[in-house]
Amino acid sequence: MSLLSVHDLTAFYHDFQALFGISLHVDAGEVVGIIGANGAGKSTFLRSVVGLNASPPEAVRFDGRPIGGRPTHDIIGLGIALVPEGRRIFPSLSVEENLRIGAHRGRPGGWSLARVYELFPVLRERRAMSGIALSGGQQQMLAIGRGLMANPRLLLLDEVSLGLAPAVVHDIYRALRAIVGDGTTTLFVEQDVGRALGVCDRLYCFQEGRLSLEGRPLDLTRAQIAAAYFGV
Amino acid sequence: MDWVNAVVQGVLLGGLYALFATGLSLVFGIMRVVNLAHGDFIILAAFLGVAVVGLTGVSPFLGLLVVVPVMLGLGYAIQRALLARVLDRGVLPPLLVTFGLSIIIQNALLQLFSADDRRLEVGGITTASIAITGQVAIGWYPLIVFVVGVLAIVGLQLLFFRTALGRAFRATADDPETARLMGINHRHTYAVAVAIAFGIIGLAGVFLGIRTTFSPDIGPGRLLVAFETVVIGGLGSLWGTLLGGVILGVAHTIGGKIDPAYRELTGHLVFLLVLLARPEGLFGRAVRET
Repeated sequence: MSLLSVHDLTAFYHDFQALFGISLHVDAGEVVGIIGANGAGKSTFLRSVVGLNASPPEAVRFDGRPIGGRPTHDIIGLGIALVPEGRRIFPSLSVEENLRIGAHRGRPGGWSLARVYELFPVLRERRAMSGIALSGGQQQMLAIGRGLMANPRLLLLDEVSLGLAPAVVHDIYRALRAIVGDGTTTLFVEQDVGRALGVCDRLYCFQEGRLSLEGRPLDLTRAQIAAAYFGV
Repeated sequence: MDWVNAVVQGVLLGGLYALFATGLSLVFGIMRVVNLAHGDFIILAAFLGVAVVGLTGVSPFLGLLVVVPVMLGLGYAIQRALLARVLDRGVLPPLLVTFGLSIIIQNALLQLFSADDRRLEVGGITTASIAITGQVAIGWYPLIVFVVGVLAIVGLQLLFFRTALGRAFRATADDPETARLMGINHRHTYAVAVAIAFGIIGLAGVFLGIRTTFSPDIGPGRLLVAFETVVIGGLGSLWGTLLGGVILGVAHTIGGKIDPAYRELTGHLVFLLVLLARPEGLFGRAVRET
């Protein structure tokens, strides 16, 4: 059975429809990527999964249970963590407090402050600093660490490489490989197709709020992906 | 020596002003809502003290054991049932709701308790004092209020910076949506913050009622004191709130010493001076544009 299964999901921002019947699934232990151009609905999709956007109950199932439309804090408590686009570090909290608040629900599991510091040693060095005093790359590490502190069964990552220098992106993705190598089920959104293909087991491509392609990286050709991505 | 005495009394008065202001500052700091009924809730708490004392005959100090929990509950309920409905609809709706509450509370108190001046009687403690020198004496009661004010500030400081709940408050104030992504129930968090603010309002109301006479119409004046205290000290700083209370308290007693008619005026002038010289308040950080 799939850990996450989404069926015919729609999403709206007032009169604007952002998603037109998306159906996809993520199985336990899988690493799944979502690619697509700006405005394809990728972030909206993740927001819908965690209940920041309204959806009908049956549209989103987690571990077999319908979770669509439930309050975000309940969904997070069930074991989904979202590392949001733009990192969204809490400015009033120190680095360590930003990590600790990730564990607000107190879910048991393998991730702890010590293990996050092991993964990102620079965060330990700067743990007393304000979260927003960090560089962009370090803030991204902090946001990922904060997500891991929740001990999620499903980790959602939204554009973790956005706006970062290539060397930093390299470091972030090395850490991500360590995380997913651990068996953490992960669904990530990425604009950088090359990066996504290098990490994921399966790939979905969104185009203007609809699914335009699905497959395993080795089964897909460049031409197929380009067509699904740009709609040419 | 008279002037020294005025300053000492002003400092002690500052503890009460800090109690007035803390709830206002808390609600604004976490939800960006100015509670225009804040002063009326202080007076409501004082009348609640009158009712408890009248019904049970206990001392108003013991009455706090009823008033503070009732105010806590009232705060939680008002947030969940009323303010939460208008929070995400811009600046004006919450102002209108609290303005409406202010009018309702004043008139309800007038109906229930009449316009007579009331006072909460605690016996000799309000006049007992410790003589420091010939002219300077510290009253036991103002000292108690001052200590309670300082303890409230210290307690909140610990709550905010040493506990998971405080962390959730700060995170929710920073970014409610991302706080939800941490699994925080932001509605509950807001309501707990308002409940704590109202608990302190309960303290402030009873201590005010023991210190001076009060009637249903004096709430807006207390709101003004609370507002000036917060602005002088700086928004978002608990220690600033205490300092703001002390500065305003000293301004009031010194002004009152020059001429009783200048008491409030001196406070307003000091408030305006601080606003001119340091608009963000003495301990305040510049407000971020978000």
